Amino acid sequence: MGPLIPQEIIGADWNLFIAFVIGIGFGFVLEQAGFSSSRKLAGMFYGYDTVVLKVFFTGAITAMLGLLFFSLFGWIDLNLIYVNPTFLGSAIVGGIIMGAGFIVGGFCPGTSFSAAAIGKIDGMVFIGGLFIGVFFFAEGYPLIEDFYMSGSMGPIKVSEVLGISGGVVTLLIIIAALIMFKLGELAEKRWPRAEY
Amino acid sequence: MKTSYMNPYLAGVLLGLVLLMAFFFSGRGLGASGAVKSVMVAAVDIVAPEHTANSHFYSKYVGEGKEPMEAWLVFEMMGVLVGGFLSGAFSGRLNWRIEHFPGITAKRRLVFAGMGGILFGFGSQLGRGCTSGSALTGMASLSVAGFVSMMAIFGTAFALAFFVRKNWI
Repeated sequence: MGPLIPQEIIGADWNLFIAFVIGIGFGFVLEQAGFSSSRKLAGMFYGYDTVVLKVFFTGAITAMLGLLFFSLFGWIDLNLIYVNPTFLGSAIVGGIIMGAGFIVGGFCPGTSFSAAAIGKIDGMVFIGGLFIGVFFFAEGYPLIEDFYMSGSMGPIKVSEVLGISGGVVTLLIIIAALIMFKLGELAEKRWPRAEY
Repeated sequence: MKTSYMNPYLAGVLLGLVLLMAFFFSGRGLGASGAVKSVMVAAVDIVAPEHTANSHFYSKYVGEGKEPMEAWLVFEMMGVLVGGFLSGAFSGRLNWRIEHFPGITAKRRLVFAGMGGILFGFGSQLGRGCTSGSALTGMASLSVAGFVSMMAIFGTAFALAFFVRKNWI
């Protein structure tokens, strides 16, 4: 049955409209979770507010379990789901630069739009920075291209690397997440902050 | 009027369901930085079409039959702005402000927000997606890239937190 648009059960003309509707849900949840606040996001890295950990991992686990169940029920063909390809070197270096941007700027791209949507000027300035950063990458691309394309491993999954089923990987992630949630709750008690 | 934030575990489940719907309808996950790229590419293509046609980077997205603005993520991010606004209206959080730790000035906050944005924008292109597109969506589809992005982003932010602590605590 699913995914509906790649299987042409819903016409491709609808794809961008669906993207817009899904975006409304995404933006609404991000803002309700408090991801429009850089101080709430940064709290993750000082232990006073671990909402990032809780929302991020609960979200990932919910979607993982959803895909597993949908597949089991015959509702979705997992072979038609896009899996982002792995280029190990650029993924690590890109991630390191993004991590620096996160703690310096207090947002990631999605959360900065959520902040800008409710009038946060710091979110808007962060978005301005995003455009400049992407522009630097585009103009510097000839210098970076070799590194960017190196170490291609294709759309490889963790389950394939470890040689275990997707269900077992999901179970291990759930166990790891439950331990981290507990640590997060302890950190919030250890380094409390007044409301901000 | 409700002003407090949603329970984080409930918000996480809802976020996961939104992501699941993206997979179920469109066969792909959520994202954010890709929309910035599309808008930037479209703008540069208007200003300097010869430059974009000759560039290895821009020519992937512009040229015959390619419309950078008709991208899934561009429409999704327009939705994010609407959804965020609705949530802010619903919870009484709509107002113009520069949010910052009381120990620093608003100007310092904006300078660091801009610098962070530049870093994140550059890194998201090198890393083929940001926290939403590579880390969250990648993890949900069990992709190795998703887990590598997640660990690199959060690991680095933890490692550097000490050096910018005066901005936050």
